[in-house]
Formats: sequence, C-alpha cells, structure tokens
Amino acid sequence: MMKKRAIRKPGADAKRVDGNAAAGILSELFVPDLTVARAKCAGCGETRTIGVLLVYAHGMGTVMRCPGCDGVVLRIARTPTHVWLDATGATSIVVSRDAN
Amino acid sequence: MSSVGAAPRIIWRSAKVIDVVRETPETRTIVLDVPGWPGHRAGQHVDVRLTAEDGYQAERSYSIASPPEEPHLALTVERLDDGEVSPYLSDELRGGDKLELRGPIGGYFVWDIATGGPLLLVAGGSGIVPLMAMLRHRDRALATADTGVRHRLPVRLLYSSRRWGDVIYREELAQLAERDTTVEVIHTLTREQPDGWTGFKRRIDRAMLETVAWPASEQPRVFICGPTPLVEAVATSLVGLGHQPALVKTERFGPTGGSV
Repeated sequence: MMKKRAIRKPGADAKRVDGNAAAGILSELFVPDLTVARAKCAGCGETRTIGVLLVYAHGMGTVMRCPGCDGVVLRIARTPTHVWLDATGATSIVVSRDAN
Repeated sequence: MSSVGAAPRIIWRSAKVIDVVRETPETRTIVLDVPGWPGHRAGQHVDVRLTAEDGYQAERSYSIASPPEEPHLALTVERLDDGEVSPYLSDELRGGDKLELRGPIGGYFVWDIATGGPLLLVAGGSGIVPLMAMLRHRDRALATADTGVRHRLPVRLLYSSRRWGDVIYREELAQLAERDTTVEVIHTLTREQPDGWTGFKRRIDRAMLETVAWPASEQPRVFICGPTPLVEAVATSLVGLGHQPALVKTERFGPTGGSV
C-alpha cells in the first residue's frame, strides 16, 4: 500500500512527540484518559492505542497522526474560549469500561 | 451508572513549593505540596501553567519524578536558556511560591510492579525523569518483599548523558544499584568522560542495545524516554532485535529535553 506523504515542514519529525503529550488537552474534551483508548484510522483502517499516535504541535494546535499511514486521526485547536476537535480521521474511538 | 468516566476529571490545582533542589547545573527538582492530589502512577506527568502579570499564559508538561508512595509531588525541570517556562521554574521559584498544575496525565506510559518485568528503561538526558519515578516506585513497593519477588522484577537502566556532571540523580542511582542487586545502571557519556572511564562513550546504538538489553525472548517491558531522535532510534533498534512493539513504550520529549 502506498504511503501517503504528508506535507510537513522539514525537521518536523525530530520534534514530534507521542500521543501522551496530547493527554492534557484531550482531558479538556473527554473525561476518561483518551491516550489508553483505541482509535480506528479512517485512512488505513488500522486500530491503534491513541498513546502511540504521533503528535505534531504547532501554533494553531495539535495534530495526531497514524504511525502507519501518516494520516491525520485527530486535530485539536485551542482558542482563548474554546477547544476545537476534528475527529474525522478517526472512524471510531473505543474506551474501556474498566476504571483502571 | 456507567463506569466510563470513573476517573476524576483533571482540574487545575494550586500547588505550593516546598523546596527547590539542585540536581545538576542545569536541572532542579521542585518539591510541591498539592492539596487534594488524587495520587498518580509512575510515568505520568503534569501540565504546569504560568500566568504573567499581563495575563499571558504559558503551559508546559513535566514528568513526575516522585513515586506514588511519596506524599509530596516532585518535578525535575531542565533549564533551557531560550525556554519560556523553565528559566522561571529553575531560577525564580522559591519555597512558599504557588504554581498552577493539572494532573496526573497520561495512562499509557506508566509502569507499576503489577505490570511485571523484566524491566528495561532507556533514558536520554532529562528523559530519566519518568523512569526515575518507576525506579523509585519499584524500590518502595518492594521494600518489604523477599528477594524472590525482586528477582522476578529485575530492572536495567541504560542512561545516556553528555558528561558525568550532567547525570541527573547520579548518586541515588549508584546507591540503588549498590544495595539492590536486581537493579543495574549502565551509563553512556557521549561528549566527555572522566579520567579512567571504562564505560560506554557513544550514543546509544543497536550494538549497545544488543549488549545491554534483555533478549527479546525474555519479553521485557521497555520504556524509552528522551529527545525524539534518540527515542525513535532506540525503539527501531529494539524492534529490529525482535522485541514486540506492544511491549516497547515511548515518551518522546521533542527536539530538546537534554539532547545527547
């Protein structure tokens, strides 16, 4: 399967971090810890723990990409008054019912 | 009625500085009293928020250095010259000052003794911080356990630093390895070594990991933390050596975080 090359600034890869790094802002949207939840990537169909998504942070917000196909799974932006989530890159998100 | 959301919502809290401890020339441990702290797991972090007089806010994440067994929260912060937040935390903060923080955050990069072992920890620079919380937790939780339990949960730490003077928690690690034979600490010093140094003198590479790491057949739990390039190179090497990706957990700190 051909890997879609994303358009990114050179050197962005050296600054990327793990899904963990978005746990704080995700906690403003979701009560359970989303980094241990699993998301099905709308790009390649693989289901992965959100903690392993690759996080690219930039001035406008945070982009979480699938480590397999590079597609954007979650896009989060923050303004002084709102947190904005685009989850169209995730076909589904599955949260365990066990309190960990 | 649903148990989803049984975890409390993470809120911003006011924390009081109890002490600021110099670890190395560039790092400080900030010890905090956090009223109402719900407890945490080794490996988790907090977000710290600073508000300037003009209302400007800056937020940064810091790994928790203290184990869950400690009543006070400890954060170890590396001072970045061009940082927005770290110079304030390192140079200005005093006992009695207040800090806003939220946490604990991040249930993915965590280890408790219930997770099991063997445990392989790989740190680059300030990436040692969450791994130190894991080591401290293991030490406290196993304090009254018999040696059989310790031997089933051995730990190896491979720790990359630029020079001996930059090694964070250096003495504590030496003492821990001294009194607990199931803990091994292996240093590599990448820029400068003291006279008579017989240890590794280069960046962590596949050959070093092959020597140091448990074989993949032992199925160690692996935690790698530090600058992104180091973390990715180590994770790739370990998977190349046969370790299952699901057992290799990473916490990239980005381009800074004590690049070695």
